[in-house]
Amino acid sequence: MDFSFPPEMVAFRRMVREFAEEEVRPLAAVIDREDRVPWETIPKLRQAGLLGVPFPRDYGGAGLGEMGYCILMEEMGRVCTSTATLIGAHIGIGAMAIYLGGNEEQKRKYLVPLAQGEKLAAFALTEPSAGSDAAAIRTRAIRQGDRYILSGNKIYITNGSFADIISVMALTDPALGARGGATAFIVEKGFPGFKVGTIERKMGIRGSATAELIFDEVEVPAGNVLGQVGMGFIVFMQTLDIGRVTLGAACLGGAQAALEMAIRYAKVRERFGRPLAHLQAVQFTIAEMAAEIEALRSLVYRTAWLVDTGQPFTKEAGMCKLLGSEIASRCVERALQIHGALGYSRDFPMERMVRDSRIAEIFEGTNEIQRIVIATELFREVGVRIRP
Amino acid sequence: MDFSLTEEQRMFRDLFEGFAAKEVAPHAEQVDAEERPPLPILQKAAQQGFLGAPLPEAYGGAGLDMLGYTFLLEALGRACLSTAFTVHAHLGLAAMTVLRHGTDEQKERYLPALASGERIGAFARTEPAAGDDLGRLRTRARREGDAYVLDGTKAWVANGEVAGLFVVFAQASGGPTAFLVERETVGLAVGRREPTMGLRGLTLNTLYLDGCRVPAENRLGAEGEGGAISRAAQDRSRLGLAAMSLGAAQAALALGIAFALQRKQFGVFIAEKGAIQGYLADSQAEVAALRHLVAYAAWCADQGEDYTQEAAIAKYFGSQAALRIANRMVQVHGGAGYMKDYPIERWFRDVHALDLAEGTGPVQRAIIARELLAEKGIAVAV
Repeated sequence: MDFSFPPEMVAFRRMVREFAEEEVRPLAAVIDREDRVPWETIPKLRQAGLLGVPFPRDYGGAGLGEMGYCILMEEMGRVCTSTATLIGAHIGIGAMAIYLGGNEEQKRKYLVPLAQGEKLAAFALTEPSAGSDAAAIRTRAIRQGDRYILSGNKIYITNGSFADIISVMALTDPALGARGGATAFIVEKGFPGFKVGTIERKMGIRGSATAELIFDEVEVPAGNVLGQVGMGFIVFMQTLDIGRVTLGAACLGGAQAALEMAIRYAKVRERFGRPLAHLQAVQFTIAEMAAEIEALRSLVYRTAWLVDTGQPFTKEAGMCKLLGSEIASRCVERALQIHGALGYSRDFPMERMVRDSRIAEIFEGTNEIQRIVIATELFREVGVRIRP
Repeated sequence: MDFSLTEEQRMFRDLFEGFAAKEVAPHAEQVDAEERPPLPILQKAAQQGFLGAPLPEAYGGAGLDMLGYTFLLEALGRACLSTAFTVHAHLGLAAMTVLRHGTDEQKERYLPALASGERIGAFARTEPAAGDDLGRLRTRARREGDAYVLDGTKAWVANGEVAGLFVVFAQASGGPTAFLVERETVGLAVGRREPTMGLRGLTLNTLYLDGCRVPAENRLGAEGEGGAISRAAQDRSRLGLAAMSLGAAQAALALGIAFALQRKQFGVFIAEKGAIQGYLADSQAEVAALRHLVAYAAWCADQGEDYTQEAAIAKYFGSQAALRIANRMVQVHGGAGYMKDYPIERWFRDVHALDLAEGTGPVQRAIIARELLAEKGIAVAV
């Protein structure tokens, strides 16, 4: 047992923290207000080598594995949920699907520019009728010679409006359904027939673009099948497992930010002549926040260790996402309550944090789905197969 | 025990619900998006006599008791929280304070104008550095002949932008004192509006009092009576917030149920899933409990009893329940619940105000505990 971070991780965190404070925090309120992507941050993320953190250096990444990636997401989540979401969709699910499911040629062609940050990725699974029930997708892929023709609509796709390379799930054999009949494809935004549809107006993470993608008979070369035909669901579920760990890390950062703000405010704001810090109700609330955050920190980094050492982590990934998002929301709500009405003002970051944190309980598999994932694993261990 | 309503109570309840559904709810989205105070709705409410509902008929009101007043706020809260807050600041805080503490002359001068909507009411107590802590008011009232001169700054004044009459609290030589200040008074200036997460139709403004000369006849109650006036208003305010919470909770629950009955996943409507049913059941149980808390606190008020504890309990439970229910119903909606195309997104932002207004949850707990210990003869500060 050694719970300390290796020196290179400590150095990496220091670098990311500095980057986050200097480049990301100042824009957090601006991109929320202007409802736009932080375009100016993207080249800086690229120059800092932060767009391929977990991938091997061979593929243009930083070779820092899941642990380094969690550190990145925790630090980004601490200053700006929108930017963390943009990075998470690019690295954790978009590019990760190619890293996990792609062959050598695909990795050279697509993963390298993504890891280097020259191109940006998205991950397209959700459809109007397939949310929690991801297996209900209807997007079709029909083989025609050496190509597949993709037709259908994807919704709520993070980075969808600008991503250059998109990992897309489609049905190659509807009779078999998602398990056996679904295949993952690499789609370039320039492929004829690919269109960006509606961009959503959202409660929060307004600096992250959430788009509808329209596949109008998009021709995709057969060489762009990710993994094997019919095995797309497995590639995507493995990808989502990784995404859930790091989403937990981003939530850890958000919760930590709420705790820091609550402490700072309780130190200066007076009620009946004494700082709030002297009220037991406030002390207890802050103590509970800190305890939950510490438990989450242990869970997230232990799960990152499971990933990096090649052990199973599906159940733990679900727990990272479930607890991470709920702890973050609770901490933010408590911090808001400590701020009182002032926290409701758009002049201060508190209200944005309330709006931003809420999405983590929903996306990348709602928390109800996480409970199903965890329960499925637990019952599998005793030989019971449960259905959602 | 008799839980039934009188015919008159039923009539008013139906009237309010009909008005809220027909005239208020359809505009809620626009009020939020445009961040405009719902003045056209207020005009219609005034035509119906709702802006004076709990005032005596002699002053242009309908003579409703507190229970009847909670029906009005529940109905408005179910349709549009911005509108409900606007009406409650006008009636529950300003007009009913004048009714309860004003002289006959003050009542005759101001209540008909408030009831007709000619003047909207506002309540200016909070300051940048003092919430409900009247001992720390920095706004001063200096007596000069037959007038008081008010100097200071008020924060988060609900209806600030639209009000024609402000109930202003200031420190006079005899202690905290309330004044009725007309909008036209020289030295009164309405300042910046707070941009808020939700309740975007409610104007919350800074109010500047700079050598503001108020005739002594506009002093409400005696010097030093400001504390008692403020406490009475807080009880009413909390009861009203509880009634609005009851309305908002039902609105959110109805949206969740409707969504769960049209959204299919895993081959069934999600309403058929145990987890979703659990969310709906918890929410309905909380709505039912809250209905009784609100009605009981209002009944206590109507009996002329001290209802500080009951109002705090209803406000505490109600605001937390509304938050929990809106939060659960966002979850029922899944990704759709986060999108502005679905009204639950607005409810989620709006219901947070129910907790933050008039003392957050922890403040209500402290009040409840204080009242509880006072019954045992032990005095504790909140």
